[in-house]
Amino acid sequence: MRKYLAFFRLRFSMGLQYRAAALSGVITQFAWGVMEILMFRAFYRADAEAFPMTFQATASYVWMQQAFLALFMVWMMENEIFNSITDGNIAYELCRPVDIYNMWFARSLANRLSRAVLRCMPILVVTIFLPAPYGLMRPVSFSAFLLFLLTLFLGLWVTAAFCMLIYMTCFFTISPMGVRMVATSVVEFFSGAVIPLPFFPDGFRQVAALLPFASMQNVPLRIYSGDLAGKEMWQAVSLQIFWLFALTFIGKLLNTLAMKKVTVQGG
Amino acid sequence: MITMQHVCKTYKVSKRDAGFSSAFKALFHKEYEYIHALDDVSFTISDGEMVGYIGPNGAGKSSTIKILSGILTPEQGTCLVNGMTPWKNRIAYVKNIGVVFGQRTQLWWDVPVMDSFELLKEIYRIDTPSYRRTLTELTEMLGLSSLLQMPVRQLSLGQRMRCEIAASLLHDPEILFLDEPTIGLDAVSKLAVRDFIKKRNQEKNTTVILTTHDMQDIEALTDRVILIGKGSILLDGTIEDIKTGFESTEEALAAFYRSHHI
Repeated sequence: MRKYLAFFRLRFSMGLQYRAAALSGVITQFAWGVMEILMFRAFYRADAEAFPMTFQATASYVWMQQAFLALFMVWMMENEIFNSITDGNIAYELCRPVDIYNMWFARSLANRLSRAVLRCMPILVVTIFLPAPYGLMRPVSFSAFLLFLLTLFLGLWVTAAFCMLIYMTCFFTISPMGVRMVATSVVEFFSGAVIPLPFFPDGFRQVAALLPFASMQNVPLRIYSGDLAGKEMWQAVSLQIFWLFALTFIGKLLNTLAMKKVTVQGG
Repeated sequence: MITMQHVCKTYKVSKRDAGFSSAFKALFHKEYEYIHALDDVSFTISDGEMVGYIGPNGAGKSSTIKILSGILTPEQGTCLVNGMTPWKNRIAYVKNIGVVFGQRTQLWWDVPVMDSFELLKEIYRIDTPSYRRTLTELTEMLGLSSLLQMPVRQLSLGQRMRCEIAASLLHDPEILFLDEPTIGLDAVSKLAVRDFIKKRNQEKNTTVILTTHDMQDIEALTDRVILIGKGSILLDGTIEDIKTGFESTEEALAAFYRSHHI
């Protein structure tokens, strides 16, 4: 366990040193958030009744999403991992007494957390002072806030476990680009990164709620804005835990298979 | 003690002619070729021995090192290193070996060298006193003191290579595999690395297997040479065995390669 913690620490402190990237990230996320909220405002003006979430809740959803973008965006994967597989630097990692899956998992968590830590604060602080209904609303209750934190963490874990599947498939194909592109767009759509899941039509919505993608950002963001509560919320939390285990299990399985067939080319 | 017996490794390589039409054809029908990287390779190396493993490009040197370090699994044959089969139970096995791949890097690019070392300390669970001792020793012998605080991306190749070697030795392995450790190094770094390897072998009785194209490495370091060509061992002896009658080792080797059509 300690070795994976060491990976976590190193990757985390490494992530903290990219200040300019964090600054530009914050600016981008502000701009994006403003754009999205203005767009929703236009829709809500046309007919506010037609929407399943209040405008205030939607705005909070968007701001929280922007603040914690780095935790959930599947496209933010580690190029170093892909490179180590395609260029063969993985040879070194295989000469180490470490489990590849656990090591990369620790790295991914650290990478995402270090990015989020740098980026979330300015966004949260500014948006909480924006006038209602455009700003970030206060959490509906203290218990909802705690649950938000818990599911935020579970969601991060599910996202990282899903990304591990993509890293692992890279062992079986020469170029990771294809799998990566398809996976990224599927996840964006089904996780509520483009449009919150409650906005989707009946039928589709119920199916989407069961997929692992709904266990990523969808749950914490909606708990925060009070849209997800009661029995439905507990179902969502249990699903998160289920997917966490399922994805980790599949990932480890792929890891075992990959280790059996890996060939380090060149050199 | 390292023993390799009748080890074979084949790679499946897709091949086609250059050009658009053959690329198009390959969409429907791929042709593969099987390349015997290792063809019945056997040798034994005893503890504390220093062996030069040489051969022309593509002879199977790196494949052998990869098998010995547990990264590749051969189709046939047995291999025992200190009583363990490298490719079985990888994690337990690799604790006792150190590997340097001259063409790859193990150090974290964007952080100081020291950070990578600290990580290795945790990975190998080296206790603090022996870590300090080894680090001081390595720093002194390889001249690293001014490099440890620098980010790896700002090191030159030779500086980086010395750090890479140190990184592979922090856990004080009994066996050291060096795959072209002096590639691209200047004269000073080369000499430093050679001296270091030699000392390490003499003082700690570390078994060293070294692949290289630099004959001076071989002459400076090893008594025993294993020469491999097209996946088979052609010679297991001393460099003098090849050298007889030639002025330079390089010429002797070239003549040897030609006479064996490799």
